[in-house]
Amino acid sequence: MISVGIDIGSTATKAVVFDGRIIGKAMEITGWDPKEAGYRAFRGALDIAGITEDRVGPIVGTGYGRISLPILTGKVTEISCHARGAHHLHPGTRTVIDIGGQDCKVISLSDDGSVSDFIMNDKCAAGTGRFLQVMAGILDATLDELGALAAGGEPVPLSSMCTVFAESEVIGLLARGTGKENIAAGIIDTIARRIQGLAGRVPFLETVTFTGGTAQNPHICRIIAERLGTRLHVPLEPQFVGALGAALIGWED
Amino acid sequence: MTKARTFSEISTLRERNALAVKEAKEKGRRVVGTYCLYSPAEMVVAAGAIPVMLCGTSQNPVPAAEKVLPRNLCPLIKSSYGFAVTDTCPYFHFADLLIAETTCDGKKKMYELLGEMKPLHLMQLPQVQDDAALSYWTGEMVRLKRRMEEDFSVEITDDRLREAISLVNDERRSLKEFQDVCKYNPSPISGMDMLTVLHNRGFTVDKREAIELVDRLTAELREMAEFGVSPFTPSTPRILLSGVPVGIGSDKVVRLIEECGGSVVCFESCGAYKKVEPVEETGDPLAALADRYLRIPCSCMSPNQGRLSLVEQLVREFRADGVVDLTWQGCHTYNIESFSLKKHVQGTAEVPFLQIETDYSESDTEQLKVRIEAFLEMINRAKRTG
Ligand code: SF4
Ligand code: SF4
Repeated sequence: MISVGIDIGSTATKAVVFDGRIIGKAMEITGWDPKEAGYRAFRGALDIAGITEDRVGPIVGTGYGRISLPILTGKVTEISCHARGAHHLHPGTRTVIDIGGQDCKVISLSDDGSVSDFIMNDKCAAGTGRFLQVMAGILDATLDELGALAAGGEPVPLSSMCTVFAESEVIGLLARGTGKENIAAGIIDTIARRIQGLAGRVPFLETVTFTGGTAQNPHICRIIAERLGTRLHVPLEPQFVGALGAALIGWED
Repeated sequence: MTKARTFSEISTLRERNALAVKEAKEKGRRVVGTYCLYSPAEMVVAAGAIPVMLCGTSQNPVPAAEKVLPRNLCPLIKSSYGFAVTDTCPYFHFADLLIAETTCDGKKKMYELLGEMKPLHLMQLPQVQDDAALSYWTGEMVRLKRRMEEDFSVEITDDRLREAISLVNDERRSLKEFQDVCKYNPSPISGMDMLTVLHNRGFTVDKREAIELVDRLTAELREMAEFGVSPFTPSTPRILLSGVPVGIGSDKVVRLIEECGGSVVCFESCGAYKKVEPVEETGDPLAALADRYLRIPCSCMSPNQGRLSLVEQLVREFRADGVVDLTWQGCHTYNIESFSLKKHVQGTAEVPFLQIETDYSESDTEQLKVRIEAFLEMINRAKRTG
């Protein structure tokens, strides 16, 4: 059997084709039309797998845009999908940290891989990919550059976690001549503190797996790991974990 | 979906009875408004007056309230105040006297403002449940009795109080039996419909009428359950809703849980299961009232072990698969207590627990859906793997 998982996030849409192992994957910018992005990622992943649409069994959608895609045979929340995907890639996973475009979450897993608890911040941009993007923009850097900058800096404490206030705080720091490295380190430390705050509210057991596009950045991973005092396991392509989880859930049912 | 016959009769009580209250008033009956479970309805009944619940459950008057009250205040307080200041609640409009208590800080200070609009009697509620508090609270019962006697020129005799206690106890019995139909699996009534009944049944001039209606509905629901008629299936996740008061208009989370595939089988909150414990019918009626009312396990009490035990007991009795703890934004007491409740529920009842902090607006519906769906997925998976 072949299953497909499609994760339509606020920034990127990911698709994974699975037949017992991953045989194709594709990513598209979500943009203003999540439905179209979903189709494109779906077809792109099938192309890479070299498979025609009629051979696909379950197509499971996740992510905020999952409601908009008619081809889906099932819909599952990001929470279940990230847990499932992370557990597949790192079978010892008991905690998943996911930083998405507009939310961040910490998920606790039982030893059989099922979700036992979770906590989410979705009220504001604090601690999300969106926050990092806005901050990188002020420093005139890409997300990768932000991480590289931070690697060489001593974090300046930012008092605000709210994007709007942090923005003016960062502008103020720049005006006062604070080094970009230190500001960048401060920005990432803000994210780490936010995750730390969430992690304190659910059982936080090792192994900890870090998913979502932000996890691609090694410097960000290191700073968060230090804050949490734990090792973070980062899958090879952390942005696909949700889509993989969706494909796995389709494959199993 | 099949609904019990009596359901529609009860669900329209609130609209229909505004007129009945007006007519009763014109015939000389007094109306007393309350906002909280700590207000002893028995005293109102014994004074020959009509008790009405004025607790605001609608978003509509919130913007008007925010002209005076801080925006980050609990929506229940803003809504209650908003109805008063905009004069858009007929039941507030007809009220001759308001009874209020010093429960949480927000309500307490809001009552100072309400007191400028209507005669208001404030009961000083102790926030601990021991003997000294009980004797103080008994004194507060005496003060309330005197105030009503003076304001309404009546005498509240012990006999009248006893009669009132027995009537309100019968109302509690009826409400408990109604809620207990959800112990069937699947429950014959949805949580939304149950809330509709709990919310609207209070708006009657004569408590006997409401008791009779609810009893009739309970009988119909039992019959439906015996025949397996239900909006749910035996595998639908059964949710216990704990936390702050909910009503029609502030039902967002109940609605979402059921839209996402769950069944709310029990409300621990004030208009529901926190209410059903009867008052002792022997001995001194004022002391009996004080004793029963002081034991209400509201988060404004410290400590509040009673609530932890109540939730634990209800999870077992209703065979709940999960607990959702609803806390209003700005409600410090319930929000903080959620941490202890979660630990207690996970430690004793061993079912999943989800806290939802929200307000009366619809702005976070999509985010809440993700959480609730994920919570139900978690329960479903646990049920499957057993
Ligand atoms: S939650 Fe507490 S303060 Fe609010 S109505 Fe219930 S008893 Fe009163
Ligand atoms: S929900 Fe909390 S803040 Fe609001 S009135 Fe009740 S106790 Fe007070």
